[in-house]
Amino acid sequence: MGDLLFWHRLQFGFTSSFHYLFPQLTMGLALIILLFKTLALVKGEERYNDAARFWIRIFGLSFAVGVVTGIPLEFQFGTNWARFSRQTGGVIGQTLAMEGMFAFFLESTFLGLLVWGERRLGPRRHFLAALALFLGSWLSGYFIIATNAFMQHPVGYTVATDGTLQLASFWTFVLNPWAMVQYLHNMAGAAVTGAFCVAAVGAFWTLRGAHPVQGRLNLAMGVLVGLAASILVAFPTGDLQGKLVAKHQPVALAAMEGRWHSGPYAELSLMGQPNVEAGKLDNPVRLPGVLSFIAYGSFSSEVKGLNEFPRELWPTNIEFLYYAFHIMVGLGTLFLGLMGLSALLLPKGRLERTRPLLWVLMLAFPFPFIANTAGWVVTEFGRQPWLVYGLMKTAAGTSHLVHPGQTVFTTLGFAGLYFVLGLLFLFLVSREVNHGPVAHS
Amino acid sequence: MEMLWFWLVAVMVAIYAVMDGFDFGAGTLHLFVAKTEDERREVLAAIGPWWDGNEVWLLAAGGSMFMAFPRLLASSFSGFYLALFLVIWCLALRGIGIEFRSHVRDGLWRAFWDGTFALASTLMPILLGAALGNVVRGVPMDGSGWFQLPLFTNFGVVNPVGLLDWYTVLMGVLVLATLAAHGGLFLVWKTAGAVQARARAAAQVLWLAVGILTVAATFATAFVNPAIPAHLPHAPLAWAGIALFLGGYAGVFLALRRERPFLALAGSSLFIVGILVATAASVWPVMLRSTLGPAFDLTAQNSCASAYGLKAGLKWWLVGFPLVVLYFSCLARVHRGKVVAPAEGEGY
Repeated sequence: MGDLLFWHRLQFGFTSSFHYLFPQLTMGLALIILLFKTLALVKGEERYNDAARFWIRIFGLSFAVGVVTGIPLEFQFGTNWARFSRQTGGVIGQTLAMEGMFAFFLESTFLGLLVWGERRLGPRRHFLAALALFLGSWLSGYFIIATNAFMQHPVGYTVATDGTLQLASFWTFVLNPWAMVQYLHNMAGAAVTGAFCVAAVGAFWTLRGAHPVQGRLNLAMGVLVGLAASILVAFPTGDLQGKLVAKHQPVALAAMEGRWHSGPYAELSLMGQPNVEAGKLDNPVRLPGVLSFIAYGSFSSEVKGLNEFPRELWPTNIEFLYYAFHIMVGLGTLFLGLMGLSALLLPKGRLERTRPLLWVLMLAFPFPFIANTAGWVVTEFGRQPWLVYGLMKTAAGTSHLVHPGQTVFTTLGFAGLYFVLGLLFLFLVSREVNHGPVAHS
Repeated sequence: MEMLWFWLVAVMVAIYAVMDGFDFGAGTLHLFVAKTEDERREVLAAIGPWWDGNEVWLLAAGGSMFMAFPRLLASSFSGFYLALFLVIWCLALRGIGIEFRSHVRDGLWRAFWDGTFALASTLMPILLGAALGNVVRGVPMDGSGWFQLPLFTNFGVVNPVGLLDWYTVLMGVLVLATLAAHGGLFLVWKTAGAVQARARAAAQVLWLAVGILTVAATFATAFVNPAIPAHLPHAPLAWAGIALFLGGYAGVFLALRRERPFLALAGSSLFIVGILVATAASVWPVMLRSTLGPAFDLTAQNSCASAYGLKAGLKWWLVGFPLVVLYFSCLARVHRGKVVAPAEGEGY
């Protein structure tokens, strides 16, 4: 049984992490495509349409991989987490079904129009197709986050006589305060990913001396959106998210910070290695009082340490949680610095001539993917040992009759398939980038 | 309320079968009806704007089943574990095949993806048919409401049963033939010239095969699940379904003879909807039959979510469904008429 839980978790963790590399890009790009199409409509200049057309092609590739890796996740609720689905389907089935109805249809039908219909639609309606695509992809994000938020902070439910969770208040469930904050934080993160990719392509073309107009345009768009999103991801959204974790999952906060002892003037650990056996943080570099301030708004607030909680309620993998959190925050800080500096150099074309910075911008695009993945690791490992916080343990949610061998087989199948998908995706995107923007014939 | 949701889920499954059915069918026929690069692109352009939206019906139907009948979803998805992963992988390879093919102008690259697309499009209907067969035949589910099925046992329809036996394979073949013909009719409607001529020839032969297979499957179903014929006299909707599929069946031949390709496609669509309606009406309220006895059946009543949840679901469904119809009519309007193979570098 222990084995089975491990493989179910590994499979879901792997398939969902791989999947989310693509939606974060499509959601970020949907925003940027919409901005380009808006500029094209307002300013009437063809270069904005050329830029939009290039990114629609990349969007199409990323969307395709996102769709085919997303379907397995929907299925795995039933195949791998059947007891969880039976227990909570009466609640989270709502948001998952609504995602199909309100978001996926919008996205998939309008992507077809966006890719195929520019000539048939004309500029104004092609812009509307971009708007519909943006709405669809960002709505889809909300429904998934609302589902996850129920697992983090269950609200709007009641326990039926047979022990299953059933919906008690539709709007309380859908407008879960946790969902709103997590959504804004997550979408700001997706915008960072999209913006870094746009900036990287702009930097690549500029460094190479190819497509000067498009290089400059993409650099400017990437840097400006990147700066705005990097600020939003930290403040207010990251800050609000931290306060929610402090309020509702204090044991997760203690683990994220590697904090064992309770007390006021809690230090923020910038570095250090959690030593779970000894119950302390090794080689720490700390800022006194800052954690108290971040979590509760005053330096003297008391922040609970892990020792305050029974051991069986500690997150199951404290080291992983701690490092993922620090990688996320550290990268977020670097993004802010990089985009801030680039934005300062943007006026008068100075950025285009600062080749070392262009190199950094070109090579920085993988890091938002890492930061977003680390963020989700924090979310999901911070929730352990719970599957639905305070209501259902992860071990109680598996499909218990599935033989571990079957799960090993399907996990390995996904590993192989996704490896090939990843290679193909990188191959095709680099061809597109290398080929450059194409003007409409 | 659970009866309403039973039918809403059935309607969404039927829409899924009709919509994704034609692009599966076009995929099954792809290598046979389209020989040259231009012809292949014509087939892909015909389904290109549609297939992704069509596939969402599977997620919409599955999601609604999750919301309205969580117990059913939990039992069946975990019980059909391996079969569902085959479905997932086929869908993945198929989608990737369609989307990645056009990006590289190279004969071998394109031949590889054409082959992948055709193969996955052929396996999918067989799997869907086998799934339908399993639901009709029943699964070894006891009082716990859980079961696990091996991929196959002795290919017999009495316990111990597996996912594949002579009955579920027969259903797989029936669905394959039906959707291939349905896809052929879609191509007759949407294409012209050589592709259209070949698609018409294929659809005509396949539609005859569908007739024979349907007769065989009807007798087999009565044998495998005697509750269905016993139920039939008391299920007026089932008779409506039977009338629909008989009318649709004949309609295809009539419309093809009179050169009305859209009506022929409508005929095959009615046939598919009719079969599903007749099945749903004659099994109601059983959603997943147990081979261990009717006491263990999962029914609409014993597997549904709370009345409040079903009502809340209905409210947003009534908002969402017309929106979806609107999106699809936009799509149909923009892409009306025959397709022309797109220029290199555009679309697929």
